[in-house]
Amino acid sequence: MLEVTTNHYLVLSFVLFAIGLSGILVRRNMITVLMSIELVLNSVNLNLIAFSYQHSNLTGQIFAIFTITVAAGEAAVGLGILIALFRLRESTDLGGAAGLKG
Amino acid sequence: MSALVAHGPALLFYLFAALTVVGALGVVTLKNPMYGAISLLLSFLSIAVLFLLRNAEFLALVQAFVYGGGIMVLFLFVIMLVNLHKLDQAKAFWRQSPAALVLAVLLLGLFGWFFVHVAFGPAFAQPQVFVTAGAPADTAVSGNSQAVAWSLYRDYLLPFEIASLFLLVAMIGAVVLGRRQ
Repeated sequence: MLEVTTNHYLVLSFVLFAIGLSGILVRRNMITVLMSIELVLNSVNLNLIAFSYQHSNLTGQIFAIFTITVAAGEAAVGLGILIALFRLRESTDLGGAAGLKG
Repeated sequence: MSALVAHGPALLFYLFAALTVVGALGVVTLKNPMYGAISLLLSFLSIAVLFLLRNAEFLALVQAFVYGGGIMVLFLFVIMLVNLHKLDQAKAFWRQSPAALVLAVLLLGLFGWFFVHVAFGPAFAQPQVFVTAGAPADTAVSGNSQAVAWSLYRDYLLPFEIASLFLLVAMIGAVVLGRRQ
């Protein structure tokens, strides 16, 4: 009973994904939305590591490194956009970005 | 005591899985982004331990350094840079968020059912793969970091270079976006 299987990791990863997704959908603060995106990317990494162990294959770990690279770039660019938007609107509320629809 | 040792990895998994979920819930529910960022740090470090339990020692350290160190500092800097004194009268949630929450829970139920019931069978327990894979046959490889390095610089050299180019582009993009006009 007390054995951790790939399914345990998958369930945890999906719980994390759902929490991150609901954070993206329900929060108005742009910083919190970016942090929720990081949660989603982390849940993907958990899946990759779980399957890498399941198949005894190192490639999953390599792929996770690339995911972390992309997450770092995404965080830098996302926070840059946030700063630019904050200069324009004096607020981090996503409602301020409604002007993007023209 | 011996039962505790025998079930050690499973107990560690449940402990840190619980901490991960608590941290993630904190990010979504706490109104102040500063507390949310601290909560996110708890989640990141717990996930590093979960990596450790799946023979990914190098990746656990990368997770702790890059996420727990780099990305976290970036978030904290930006939170301190934007003024949060108007946070009290700002709304934290969208008006239609109950509907969004219902959809997220439905998705959770659907995929959760699948993940619980699909059987992947026992893992091919060959932990030596994680310390030897990727290296040439006549080389002595002594750890997961070395194995990852061999694999990264031999089999995945082109993606590695593309990733460095991507980081350069992201850096230039962030500087251009953050520049004062």
